[in-house]
Amino acid sequence: MAETAALENSKKTRMARQSPASLLRAAFESGSIAGVVELNELAFLTMVGVRVDPNTEAGTRISSVTGGLPARSGDVYANGETAVLWLGPAEFLVVAPSEAHESLGGDLIQALRAALSDGEGQVVDLSANRTTFELTGPRARAVLEKGCSLDLHPRVLKTGSALSTEIGNIPAILWKTGDETYRIFPRASFADFLGRWLLDAMREYGSPEVP
Amino acid sequence: MLLIPCPNCGPRDETEFHYGGQAHVAYPENPNELNDREWAEYLFYRENTKGTFAERWVHSTGCRQWFNMVRDTVTYDIQAVYQMGSPRPATAVPAAAESGTATTAANSTITLGDAASSTPASSISAPEGATK
Ligand SMILES: [Zn+2]
Repeated sequence: MAETAALENSKKTRMARQSPASLLRAAFESGSIAGVVELNELAFLTMVGVRVDPNTEAGTRISSVTGGLPARSGDVYANGETAVLWLGPAEFLVVAPSEAHESLGGDLIQALRAALSDGEGQVVDLSANRTTFELTGPRARAVLEKGCSLDLHPRVLKTGSALSTEIGNIPAILWKTGDETYRIFPRASFADFLGRWLLDAMREYGSPEVP
Repeated sequence: MLLIPCPNCGPRDETEFHYGGQAHVAYPENPNELNDREWAEYLFYRENTKGTFAERWVHSTGCRQWFNMVRDTVTYDIQAVYQMGSPRPATAVPAAAESGTATTAANSTITLGDAASSTPASSISAPEGATK
C-alpha cells in the first residue's frame, strides 16, 4: 500500500518537474526544418554513472546486470532500451528510458547498486545531471561540424558509437544513434546554451542553398 | 592548437586537456625528515626546460585519465606519450643534448643562493610506484 502511494506521489512530482531545456521547446519546434535537420529534447532519461574496473569481480557483476560493458573509447554496449557508454577505462554511463528510474517503479539503479555491493567503485544516479538532445536529418552532421572538432565522417565515426568531447565549446557526450541521428548529452546547466547554439547553427539550412 | 594523442581516446584538441606540470617529481620517501627548504623545493621548484620536457596531462573532457607526455617546449613536437608511473622513455632528442636550456639540466642541483645547504632534487628518492 505504502509503496503504491509513494509511486502515485512521485508521479505527481513528475508532472511538476521541468526539463533543463523546457523553455526552448517552442524554439526547437520552429527552428527544426523537416527533412533537413530537426532538434528536440528527450527529457528525463535515466542515467547512471558507474565507476568500476571491468576486470574485477564487481565489474563482472555489473556487467551481468547490463549485459556487458564497452571495452574502449567510442564503444557502446546496447541491450534493448538500455545502453552503456564508455567514458573511461573504469567509468561508464548507463542510459535507459525514464521508466527505468526508481521514482517510476524501475529497478535499474537498485540492481546496479546491488551488483556493485561492497566492491570498489560507485553507482550514482545521474539522471538530473545531463539532458538529452536529439539532432536528426541529413544536415545534422554539418550542424555538429561547426562546433565539434572530431572527425564526424561516417568512415571514422560509426553509427552506434559515443564519444565524450566538446560541442560548441562546452563538454558534452556525442552518441551517434543512427546514420543521420545524434544524441547529445550536455550538462543541465549548459542545456540552454547548447540548445540555442544548435538552433543558430541550424538556421542557414532553412534557406534555399546559394549555388 | 595542439593535437594531443590521448592513450585512451586517440588524437584530440588541446582544449580537451589540462596541464599537470613536470612529470616524475617523486614524493619524498620520508616527508617528516625534510626541512623547510627541502619541502619547498619538492613543492614549488620545477625545471624550466627549453627543449624536450616530460610533463603530465589529463584528458579532462574525455576519459578523465592522467598520462605523461614528452613535449618539446620550443617546437611543441610531441615525442612520446606514456602511462603514469612508467619511466621516461628515450626520445630522439635527449634533453641534455639541447643547446639552450633555460635554467638547469634535468635532475641537477637546485641552488637557492647558498648551495652548501641545499639538497639536490635528485637525492629525494621515492618508493617504487610513487613516481608520477
Ligand atoms: Zn582520453
